[in-house]
Amino acid sequence: MDKKSIIPFGPQHPVLPEPIHLDLEIQDEKVLRAIPNIGFIHRGLEGLVEKKDFNTMVYVAERICGICSFGHGMAYCEALEDVMHVEVPERAKFLRTIWMEFSRLHSHLLWLGLCADAFGFESLYYECWRIREHVLDVMENTTGGRIIFSVNQIGGVHRDLSDEQVRYLNTRLDAIEADVKNVEKTLFHDATIEKRTRGLGVLTKEQAHDLGAVGPFARASGIAIDMRQTGYEAYGQLDFAPVTAEDGDCYSRIVVRTKEIYQSIDLIRQALSKLPKGDLNVPIVRGMPKGEAMARVEQPRGEAIYYVHGDGTRFLKRFRVRTPTFANIAPLCHMLQGANYADVGILVLSIDPCISCTER
Amino acid sequence: MANVKRSPWILHYDGSSCNGCDIEVLACMTPVYDAERLGVENTGDPMQADILLITGGINAQNAPVVKQLYDQMPRPKVVVAVGICACTGGVFKDCYNILGGADKVIPVDIYVPGCAARPESIIDGIVQARDLFQKRSEEHDALIRKQKMEKNAKENG
Repeated sequence: MDKKSIIPFGPQHPVLPEPIHLDLEIQDEKVLRAIPNIGFIHRGLEGLVEKKDFNTMVYVAERICGICSFGHGMAYCEALEDVMHVEVPERAKFLRTIWMEFSRLHSHLLWLGLCADAFGFESLYYECWRIREHVLDVMENTTGGRIIFSVNQIGGVHRDLSDEQVRYLNTRLDAIEADVKNVEKTLFHDATIEKRTRGLGVLTKEQAHDLGAVGPFARASGIAIDMRQTGYEAYGQLDFAPVTAEDGDCYSRIVVRTKEIYQSIDLIRQALSKLPKGDLNVPIVRGMPKGEAMARVEQPRGEAIYYVHGDGTRFLKRFRVRTPTFANIAPLCHMLQGANYADVGILVLSIDPCISCTER
Repeated sequence: MANVKRSPWILHYDGSSCNGCDIEVLACMTPVYDAERLGVENTGDPMQADILLITGGINAQNAPVVKQLYDQMPRPKVVVAVGICACTGGVFKDCYNILGGADKVIPVDIYVPGCAARPESIIDGIVQARDLFQKRSEEHDALIRKQKMEKNAKENG
């Protein structure tokens, strides 16, 4: 049999809650080629800078993606603070770091659940999402929002943590850590998970580097790249090392993301213990943004790059975002070549795709 | 069988939302909120679905997809627009690529506002959709019965 056929994957597919379309060229059960087709969620958000002023755009930037919304708002604020030469108070930097790590916790737990669902392990999916609800409770208690927090502003944040809330966060972190430890036993030692993911979708270190993979996806292939190491916000004052794995298969991606949950818990604890006293934000006195700046942050899915260009008016001239999933699509298509058709769902999910980030 | 309460199945499609409402829809189906206790179930197949939950606004590329999903669902069917983007376009209304809410291409029955819509309000929307679905099923059954009777009467003279 050498007859080729093309099977469409998506845009509506049970495995992914989001629409991405792949044309899969299939021979027998093998995928020969995967041709991505994106644009189902394209909104033209970057063009909104012409209609909304730079302060309002913080809230639009947060809505690039509902999962990593805090990171988007923070990166936008960082870029504008750079343009406007605003020095953010230390306490605001620590608060941003704490909330950023909480959103990483909820993103990784969400992904572990979806991944379990993709290979049909429904009780594990429910368990991960149950733990994730504890993280969302914490976010709601401290910021007022479950998904979109809207606590960032240019020059700092506009919500504070009281001493009582700091104690509350510490107790909740202990509970979350104990719950994750419980799930970890299944994730790392269950025979069905190993059978389904070990050796699947291998991406070597060289391939990951050449194709430009970012985030936990690249770290699972052994590339120790983590933008938090550049020390933006309070990360420079915290002690951590990127989590990596060597195998570069789906199993190592699960391992890396699970270990990053512990890393985030540790980072939040460090930041809570070092939380300095002081102002939450500084008023902007220097008028309108003029000039250009870039900001690089580590989102739960990898490195995101923000570019802003202001010309001295209320409206920015250009706003550009390069999001992690966009960088990960090329390695994904490479990984799909030669894969079994039945594994396509889990392979696509293993990069933790966030299509609304990608297409904006 | 008209007196038996039905168990509608839900199809979720992400129009062009930011994911916020999507993960809240999924959160509704998981243990803490557990909408499945109401008798609904999440499905991935439009041909088995009764209620369409749509999140996000409509753009040129996803308009035919949304239309097709709606057409593939068997009658009777109910559409719930979840989140302000699916209702009106929301914060993205002014974007060059957003045509507006889901009602630009398909008839929407229930609007659930919010950015992101909270699970409580999504469940409220599902409950309303379930009741509406029950009502429509009964109407649909009555229509089928009437058609059958007319057909029988014609055949028997």
